[in-house]
Amino acid sequence: MRLSISWIVASKDFKTFRRKRNLMYSIFILPVLVSALLPAVTNLMVQRASDHSAALTRLTLILPAFTFFYMILAGVIPAAIASYTIVGEKVERTLEPLLATPTTDSEILFGKGISAFVPSVSAVLAGSVIFMVLTDLITHGTLGYYYFPNWNAAIIFLLAVPLTVIMSVEWNVIVSARATDVRVAQQIGMLVIAPLAGIYVLGEINMVNLSDAGNLLIVAAVILLVDVLLFSLTRATFRREEILTKWK
Amino acid sequence: MIDTEGLTKKFGELTAVDRLTIHVDEGEIFGLLGPNGAGKTTTVRMLCSLISKTGGSARVAGYDVGNQADSLKIRGLIGFVPDNVGLYEALTAYDNLDFYGKLHSTPEARRKENIERFLKMLGLWEKKDDDVSTFSKGMKQKLALARALIHDPKVLFLDEPTANLDPEAAKTVRDFILELKGEGRTIFLNTHNLDEAQRICDRIGILNTSLRALGTPEELERTVKGRATVVQLEQVTEPILDALHGLSLGEVSVERNKVTISLADPEKQNATVMDAIFRAGGRVRSVNVVGSTLEEAYLKLVREKEEK
Repeated sequence: MRLSISWIVASKDFKTFRRKRNLMYSIFILPVLVSALLPAVTNLMVQRASDHSAALTRLTLILPAFTFFYMILAGVIPAAIASYTIVGEKVERTLEPLLATPTTDSEILFGKGISAFVPSVSAVLAGSVIFMVLTDLITHGTLGYYYFPNWNAAIIFLLAVPLTVIMSVEWNVIVSARATDVRVAQQIGMLVIAPLAGIYVLGEINMVNLSDAGNLLIVAAVILLVDVLLFSLTRATFRREEILTKWK
Repeated sequence: MIDTEGLTKKFGELTAVDRLTIHVDEGEIFGLLGPNGAGKTTTVRMLCSLISKTGGSARVAGYDVGNQADSLKIRGLIGFVPDNVGLYEALTAYDNLDFYGKLHSTPEARRKENIERFLKMLGLWEKKDDDVSTFSKGMKQKLALARALIHDPKVLFLDEPTANLDPEAAKTVRDFILELKGEGRTIFLNTHNLDEAQRICDRIGILNTSLRALGTPEELERTVKGRATVVQLEQVTEPILDALHGLSLGEVSVERNKVTISLADPEKQNATVMDAIFRAGGRVRSVNVVGSTLEEAYLKLVREKEEK
């Protein structure tokens, strides 16, 4: 596989994204909003705590959960862009001439993966930086130290988030192969967050300890496994003959 | 340049292309003519190594269609314009061509040169920085042709290149195809436009799942229905008709003072016919050779298949 070819495919998509401003807004607006909203909620909970001890208790519960929330974001964001890069090509009928070039299925698929991965990870990580800075500003007075950076955040932002984005991209490619409409593809594509949302809820009701680095590593390892499984499914879906004769 | 031997494609129970055998010479414009669903697009997709064949064999520029290792080489040597042009509407004309040039690993200098050359040839150079979404159908079709040429392919596969174009745009595209032939490129043209096939193709294959006929446009006109000589006489008499029947050259029919004789080769047989008429005392007012048109030939061949 020639990575240079995949990069050419991805670069073309980046150029398209720059021209489709609405698409970029839809990718970046959610992480930015969430990253402003979560510290605001944190601030409200600290303010409303009856005393310092109650504030500390609340922070130890919500900060790991809010950090974990970025994995859900990492599942949501690629749905918009991955479904666009595949279904968009399908709708515009641009796949056939692309497939008629001296490129392999894997090179095109990997290129599509890069074009969905890079903006998605960038958006989530940009949001995470805003979230960490604002949260530190808000909680430093109560905690007496800067909560971020920490090992849990490193596991989530640098390991689990990229793995979740990959999972979401792969899932969305599979969904896109069967979808004929970008919106339908996005909606079905978002189902990928269901298991992560489940873990988040379990964390909120204290059934899973989201502040435990070991638990986070297990979640990351499971996602890695899912990534590998979905990769083989994605490759089976993204084949020239399938695309030209079965994709509707 | 293109050879197929019993090339077959089946989708489950459905046979899309059945035992197609053709040979296309280098520098030739070969037209594959057929109704919708005849298997033209499937044939081109197989030859472009986009889909697999079910049976038979095919070679493009010496490479084996269906051989995994040769597929990339074939796609590197050919230019392809699908029936739907499939251009990136949000990108400029220049960016569209540049992207495909890069995918074909065309060196930058050559890429720039070819983009300029083909956009100028097709009258699109002034529009190079405009988004394709602002282009008319004809402009998009021309741009798709330029895209197929960006890497200087030896063989071009064009799937309905003038479909849905207005007459002026269609003429521009046809003239451009003839220019490409002048450069020595081999062109495989799918069309259901008989007039277009007759005007620009060196040879035509009529396809309706299987190949129904193959030859030059003139050969097809002749082989399907043959031709006839129509003789306008001052008066048709029994001795004249007896003389013509006696020649046993073909069917003889009479309408008032006009006699029509079906002939396999009028240019060679007319002298015999005239001689027989003169000997029988006939006085000839005019002689015309009439032939079946490509359209008649096409419809007959396609209907034969449908009736079967």
